[in-house]
Amino acid sequence: MQLDEFFVTGEPLIYAGMVSIVLVSATVIFLLTYFKRWKWLWNEWLTTVDHKKIGIMYILSALAMLFRGGVDALMMRTQLAFPDMNFLNSQHYNEVFTTHGTIMIIFMAMPFLIGLMNIIVPLQIGARDFAFPFLNAVSFWSFFFGALLFNLSFVIGGAPDAGWTNYAPLAGSELSPGPGINFYLLGLQLSGIGTLATGINLMVTILRMRAPGMTLMKMPIFTWSTLITTFIIIFAFPILTIALALMTIDRIFGSHFFTLTGEGLPMMWANLFWMWGHPEVYIVILPAFGIFSEVIASFAQKQIFGYKAMVGAIVIIAGLSFVVWVHHFFTMGAGAFVNSVFSITTMMIAIPTGVKIFNWLATLYKSKIIFSAPMLWSLAFIPSFTIGGVTGVMLGMAAADYQYHNTYFLVSHFHYVLIPGTVFACFAGLIFWYPKMFGHKLNERIGKWAFWLFLIGFHLCFFPQYFLGLDGMARRIFTVGPEWFTLNFVSTMGAFLMGLGFIVFVHCVIYSFRFSPRNIEGDSWGYGRTLEWATPTPIPKYNFATLPEIESHDALIDMKEKGQTTFDRDKLEPIHMPSYTGQPFIMAAIMFFASFALVFEWITLAVIGLAGIIVMMIIRSFDYDEGYHIEVDEVIETEKKARGMTDE
Amino acid sequence: MEKKQNKYPVNHIIGFALSITLTIVAAWTALSSDLPVMWIIIAIMALAVIQAGIQLFMFMHITERGATHAPWNMMFHAFVIAAIVVAGSLFTMSFGFTHDHGGGDHHDESGAESHEESHDDHEGH
Ligand code: HEM
Ligand SMILES: [Cu+2]
Repeated sequence: MQLDEFFVTGEPLIYAGMVSIVLVSATVIFLLTYFKRWKWLWNEWLTTVDHKKIGIMYILSALAMLFRGGVDALMMRTQLAFPDMNFLNSQHYNEVFTTHGTIMIIFMAMPFLIGLMNIIVPLQIGARDFAFPFLNAVSFWSFFFGALLFNLSFVIGGAPDAGWTNYAPLAGSELSPGPGINFYLLGLQLSGIGTLATGINLMVTILRMRAPGMTLMKMPIFTWSTLITTFIIIFAFPILTIALALMTIDRIFGSHFFTLTGEGLPMMWANLFWMWGHPEVYIVILPAFGIFSEVIASFAQKQIFGYKAMVGAIVIIAGLSFVVWVHHFFTMGAGAFVNSVFSITTMMIAIPTGVKIFNWLATLYKSKIIFSAPMLWSLAFIPSFTIGGVTGVMLGMAAADYQYHNTYFLVSHFHYVLIPGTVFACFAGLIFWYPKMFGHKLNERIGKWAFWLFLIGFHLCFFPQYFLGLDGMARRIFTVGPEWFTLNFVSTMGAFLMGLGFIVFVHCVIYSFRFSPRNIEGDSWGYGRTLEWATPTPIPKYNFATLPEIESHDALIDMKEKGQTTFDRDKLEPIHMPSYTGQPFIMAAIMFFASFALVFEWITLAVIGLAGIIVMMIIRSFDYDEGYHIEVDEVIETEKKARGMTDE
Repeated sequence: MEKKQNKYPVNHIIGFALSITLTIVAAWTALSSDLPVMWIIIAIMALAVIQAGIQLFMFMHITERGATHAPWNMMFHAFVIAAIVVAGSLFTMSFGFTHDHGGGDHHDESGAESHEESHDDHEGH
């Protein structure tokens, strides 16, 4: 293979991408060397099994992916506002919308939420770490290398271009030869290992490692929504794994699962994809619901209204999410009966969702609202998401969907649920729990600027798209007719406003890093209700020295009443901790190597990589490291320092 | 924490070897045996059931009692999901096809299309 076949050539924008990749990598390497930080990087981060640090790495990667996906979005919007400028040609446009969608769902939304779960869920249930800390590190690194593999595609080999849904037969090897689609298949496969493992890990953690007295119905809502999400992950992800594997075998080894010839069933891909895909959209929305519930209860200074109804609604939504997938291909032609069945199940989802909306409103009713930045994101979520949900029900009516399907009406629907739902929740959760992660708050004034810019930009960008869709503009087209020009232009302005909001947010992070006051309370906002706020800040690496008996889902409120803390000298015992290890990183790096070889169909290299993975598993099987203990004296020392106690 | 390391995991190794063997046998049946299509399908189904049994008995602690009792709850959910995937796919995907393996594919496809066009005669199944 020639070098110029390996690298993508001939596109000025991609050359610019290459140059910036080289520059950024060179800067990072230079800085690490100059400040002699290589050892620190390895010892503190690459080998860590601490759920708090892994969570931070998840969130940082997700923010980087939000940036990459956002740049993709702005490129598309630029093209659509000035279709005659030839900013992107059709092929390039196809690649950009494909990577945008895939990155935003798989490499931004999920890791962001998983990062927040990593940090917060063990703290909310009073656990010292995940049930399987080693596996948690494996999860993170396989996600990280999966994302890396996928992102390499635009400079090496060519990006996938069949949409994030990657429909057969377009994505098959006859119509899409070359490595592009392989990057999609293997990047998702690799990071999917991580997601599935995290699902199992978190489920065991929540079911087995709760504080004494914390029954299921005394768990905070965010933990509840995480638990239900892990169920969906465990049941939905294997479907994706199989579908990806079948298409990989189709493409690389010439089988006929989804091909047009040889009695393949191309639509079976769509069927399997959405059997995973619809539960997937609930994987990214349920944790978001949990975050909003926590933020709203805290800043309304009230117990969440209808705790049991909230839990019940999550469970019902999760169940229904497995029986609605056909609404993504009503137009396939399965017939009126099939479509009617799925039309009804789809519309039923609106009922438990409505219950949740009313519960949030009832929590706010007659409460003393504190308008902090996380609360603003949460308040804006309620009406914005409702618009998305209502248009979802419109799409759910099979007969009407023949009109809406694959127009900008659909595009607008899912952005109205995903952005106010998932993205707002990521911002709300990040700002809310930021002091627990980094020991200082984000600047409220700048944070609110970011919020308003993003919110206004969002509605300006996506509201017009409903009307473009009703007007007949199809999705995934790179030119627009003159009659659609005005609304497209407005939409593009909104998109750039959102970009500005993101920049202001980054500025807020940097500004706060330099100027925000340190040494804050354990309960950083003063309105915390749950156990994570009972820890001192910075959180000791063992999280909790001791735990009180939990009596309700607002554990901290009870503890404050009784004057309890998580540092009860009489109950102290040595704490058992897992050791850091480099194995997860190395194992995932080998998986990356093997997948990369398979992308280019270099079978020998791929087999060598596979052998390497098996060797790593054997090494792990004979690894008898039992961890270490933190002695009582050290615990006392740490707690005293963190709690600012000087006496005795 | 009690260590149980000295116990060699014989069951797991046998289970692992068996499941790999079964997979290879299934692949061979499909790729290079001369059985008629119907028998290939039946053979693969039978192998799949054995495979599932191996997983349950060798890895999923189905025979264990006491504190780590069998995860009936999870198994129930898994069966429900498997049923949804299989029955659901059959329900939604079997339209407009007659499985005529004698090369009648072309005819079938045009059949599917006309079915789609005239679907207002409420004839879905
Ligand atoms: C009341 C709840 C909802 C209903 C009734 C609903 C209904 C629908 C329907 C019928 C479609 C297919 C439309 C078509 O292709 O023509 C659709 C697409 C979609 N929905 Fe929803 N939805 C709801 C909530 C959500 C939520 C909460 C999310 C994610 C957070 C979501 C994400 C999506 C996505 C990503 C697509 C399009 C995927 C694609 O084709 O690329 N929806 N929705
Ligand atoms: Cu859906």
